[in-house]
Amino acid sequence: MNRAATEEAPATRAALTVITLALLVVLLLLPLVVVLVEALSQGLGAVVAALDEPDAIAAIELTLIVAAVAVPLNTVCGLAAAWCIGRFRFPGRSLLMTMIALPFSVSPVISGLVWVLLFGANGWFGPMLERAGVRIIFAVPGLILATTFVTFPFVARTLIPLMQDQGVAEEEAALTLGATGWQTFVRITLPNIRWGLLYGVLLCNARAMGEFGAVAVVSGHVRGQTMTMPLYIEALFNDYDWVGAFTVAALLSLLALFTLAMKLLLEWRMGRRAGALL
Amino acid sequence: MIAGARKSALPGFGATLGITMVWLSLIVLIPLAALVLRPWELGIAGFWHSITDPRVLAALRLSFGAATLAAAVNVPFGLLIAWVMVRYRFPGRGLADSLIDMPLALPTAVAGIALTALFAPNGWIGALFAPLGIKIAYTPLGILLALIFVGLPFVVRTIEPVIMDLPAEAEEAAATLGATRTQTLRRVVLPALGPALLAGFGAALARGVGEYGSVIFIAGNMPMFTEIAPLLIIIRLEQLDYAGAAALGLVMLMVSFGILLLLNLLERRVGRRAA
Repeated sequence: MNRAATEEAPATRAALTVITLALLVVLLLLPLVVVLVEALSQGLGAVVAALDEPDAIAAIELTLIVAAVAVPLNTVCGLAAAWCIGRFRFPGRSLLMTMIALPFSVSPVISGLVWVLLFGANGWFGPMLERAGVRIIFAVPGLILATTFVTFPFVARTLIPLMQDQGVAEEEAALTLGATGWQTFVRITLPNIRWGLLYGVLLCNARAMGEFGAVAVVSGHVRGQTMTMPLYIEALFNDYDWVGAFTVAALLSLLALFTLAMKLLLEWRMGRRAGALL
Repeated sequence: MIAGARKSALPGFGATLGITMVWLSLIVLIPLAALVLRPWELGIAGFWHSITDPRVLAALRLSFGAATLAAAVNVPFGLLIAWVMVRYRFPGRGLADSLIDMPLALPTAVAGIALTALFAPNGWIGALFAPLGIKIAYTPLGILLALIFVGLPFVVRTIEPVIMDLPAEAEEAAATLGATRTQTLRRVVLPALGPALLAGFGAALARGVGEYGSVIFIAGNMPMFTEIAPLLIIIRLEQLDYAGAAALGLVMLMVSFGILLLLNLLERRVGRRAA
């Protein structure tokens, strides 16, 4: 077979490749470059000074705290969901999968709004919480709840197809040989899914630390108290503190680059492409 | 019913299903129930009044219009990028492929201020257009651009696996039968990609409608001009108009789901015709 008949002409191929690379550079690479350049525009000293602010340190700490609660909770639940959906057939199984993926199709702002409707001053449980002296909205618990909602599907969605592909033969063998259910899970299942699990946790964490819309609704925007890093970026940007805003943004960009690098590594370990970072 | 349905010898079905249902209810279902129920505190007439306010209609038109346009732009862009990535080999291809995921990995607030810095009248790219009288940031054009940025990976990643799975025989047969390369691409390849193109369009559209972080900095946020629907939800919450905020949120969600359902049906029809 003549190769030319099933391929584009060399000149066409070259042109299309150049257009593609130009698109990728202008649309996807330039935003990343501009963040780093703007952060360093006043020199390294300004970067250090911007990160040495008490409000910046508080924002970094709060971001870590929120992720440290939301990610493990969603990991445990994602493992449970993957076990019952990936290992058993039952009525309503596909409906359950659809419901688990639901937060992906909800606007970030709506993901924050729902918590205000429940726990805000005019929320269903708002007056009750106020009498009890508990604050959820405009406080850290609200940030955690909104982040948990947004990152809910990541671990389950990564693990379910993986566990379906692997089948149950190894686990059944372990059980037949006298292992308990827990032993089987820890010794057989967990090692088999470890790269996939790590991949899910990685995506969950990246989104938890970078979430903006959902936490913007529930935060109350008090510097040093209820501002995660993305919210702090917004406050600095609105105050025309460009170096400050882009310095914190650069820090989050490094997290994004780390996530992309780990994605490559884990795809290689899993021996397959896991698809988009969804 | 559920006990009878389990066919596996493995343990732990009841416990894991229990954990999943409790977590799903607490984190997803009960909060979404509030979104579905609270708008009706206004009564049906009040609900209608709340969502047909001219400012709301302008915001909804902008959010859905810009998201549709951005998704439409991303279809040819995404098709081109996916084709080149799958079919061609060139230096730096692996790096370019990682770059495609950038909008999903980069936090939206970071993307938002970065795009604003690039496309503001004094920005790297904005300054090239300013002398021509074209303003990008703080106009609907800026919103469109931000939505093209966030939507692109959805289209590329939906199309790529379908291009990989295209049977080589179909293209070879067409070529053997005397079709030119352009004819083969138009008559054989493009129809086979139809459903994936629609699915990618839908995913980008759904993301774009609700997008907040990457849009809000570049939009300018002028009521009736560059004010997106998610921002209006926040404004209503600040006015303690919870029912009004929920009404707008519910309408956005329902329209999005309606569009996705429609695209899904269309996708199946296109898929059948191609097969």
